[in-house]
Amino acid sequence: MTAKVVTVASGKGGVGKTTSVANIAVALASRGQKVTCIDGDIGLRNLDVILGLENRIVYDLVDVIEGRCRLRQAMIRDKRLPELYLIPAAQTRDKTAVSPSDMVRLCDELRQEVDWIIIDSPAGIERGFKNAIAAADRVLVMTNPEVSAVRDADRVIGLLDAEEKGPAALVINRLDPAMVKRGDMLSVEDVLDLLAVELIGIIPEDENVIVASNRGQPLALDGKSKAGQAFQNIARRLMGEQVPFMDLESQNLFQRLLGRK
Amino acid sequence: MAETSSLIQIKGVRDGLLITLGGADWADLATAFVKNVDERSSFFNGARVALDVGVNELRVAELSALRDQLSERGIALWAVLSESRVTETTAQNLGLATRISKPRPMEVREVVDELPGDAAKWVKGPLRSGGRVQFDGNIVVMGDVNPGAEIVASGSVIVWGRLRGVVHAGAQGDDQAVVCALELAPTQLRIAGEIAVSPKKQGKSQPEIACLKDGQLVAKPWQDLTGR
Repeated sequence: MTAKVVTVASGKGGVGKTTSVANIAVALASRGQKVTCIDGDIGLRNLDVILGLENRIVYDLVDVIEGRCRLRQAMIRDKRLPELYLIPAAQTRDKTAVSPSDMVRLCDELRQEVDWIIIDSPAGIERGFKNAIAAADRVLVMTNPEVSAVRDADRVIGLLDAEEKGPAALVINRLDPAMVKRGDMLSVEDVLDLLAVELIGIIPEDENVIVASNRGQPLALDGKSKAGQAFQNIARRLMGEQVPFMDLESQNLFQRLLGRK
Repeated sequence: MAETSSLIQIKGVRDGLLITLGGADWADLATAFVKNVDERSSFFNGARVALDVGVNELRVAELSALRDQLSERGIALWAVLSESRVTETTAQNLGLATRISKPRPMEVREVVDELPGDAAKWVKGPLRSGGRVQFDGNIVVMGDVNPGAEIVASGSVIVWGRLRGVVHAGAQGDDQAVVCALELAPTQLRIAGEIAVSPKKQGKSQPEIACLKDGQLVAKPWQDLTGR
């Protein structure tokens, strides 16, 4: 077994990196893949909360790197999906506790054991970001359909090219089709026009995402949610399937019957 | 220092520059090299560099320090060639290549014998946010220049793509410099000492050229010029 290492990065904070890491990992695990996610946001860890595993942390990433425990001991197994593990970040340290080469070594050790390693990058383009991408085979760049988020995504894509981690794949999060239709939000085309990279996912705005995150029950487990489906689609595309993008426009049958596009 | 600088050889290869450092203590070599880069920053800016360090045994700290120093100066270190096993491992740990396609290139690029205004720097786009190209001469960008990117030329700037970043032509006062792009919508456009921002445009964009006319920055469609 040789894992693929996928890092989710964005530059700007708050666009949904951590939520996406949790959901993509859950989606992959629900498809029978063996997945480990690593929280790269040392000092501001969140991934454990979103996955609902906060109360089970004993050892963390920095403990592994500094040799206080074995890798296996820091891997928290998810209760819902037996093939899903989390290596949490340390909360009492900062980004300098880990170096890019530490991450490469850690992932190399882990590669033999799982199919996927999903790394949650912190916001910013400094040490934490460099750590998170050091071992990546593939980088997903997250953005919202907002000018400032797209600007930061552009910067990150440029940095990834410079580090030879490209080409990045783009995830557009929190798209509101109604707002796009009114001309109040950047469309998928507007974003792609500027960033000129491959698109791997479009996630619609969905308030259930917040509810699910607060409960520690990732949405990708919920078959009915559109956002959950979008995360499942990203997982399938990562696994090499050709999946068409969801039609976010047609909200329901009634509107379609009325002749709305 | 004059002695060490002769130990730095620079060659142009297909993937960028190949720089050979050897024959002296690493600390001296690294310092001399960085100094060399600072002296010719316009030549090095934006370069992709492969380093041949010969028999020097380098640890992560030394190599990453040099990489960071170079990246601060706009140089991307992408490969390190070495006869030392230790250095190769270090380079691999840092995610650098340890081999390049042509290890011993024949072609030697002449350095800084270009006349200002005649030479042009060829930049393969897209130039993304945070990207900066500065050159003593003209600049040609093949691809888009995104918002947040910056181009500074002592001569003219040509963008075969959408120009949306900041562009400064004639940066040393040449008021004959021009800026042209397939879509001219820069965040800010400067020629010599004049500054302008793009007006909000409606309708279909077309190739345009901007220049200074009686001390005013003006942009005209490309067709107008060819029709004359």
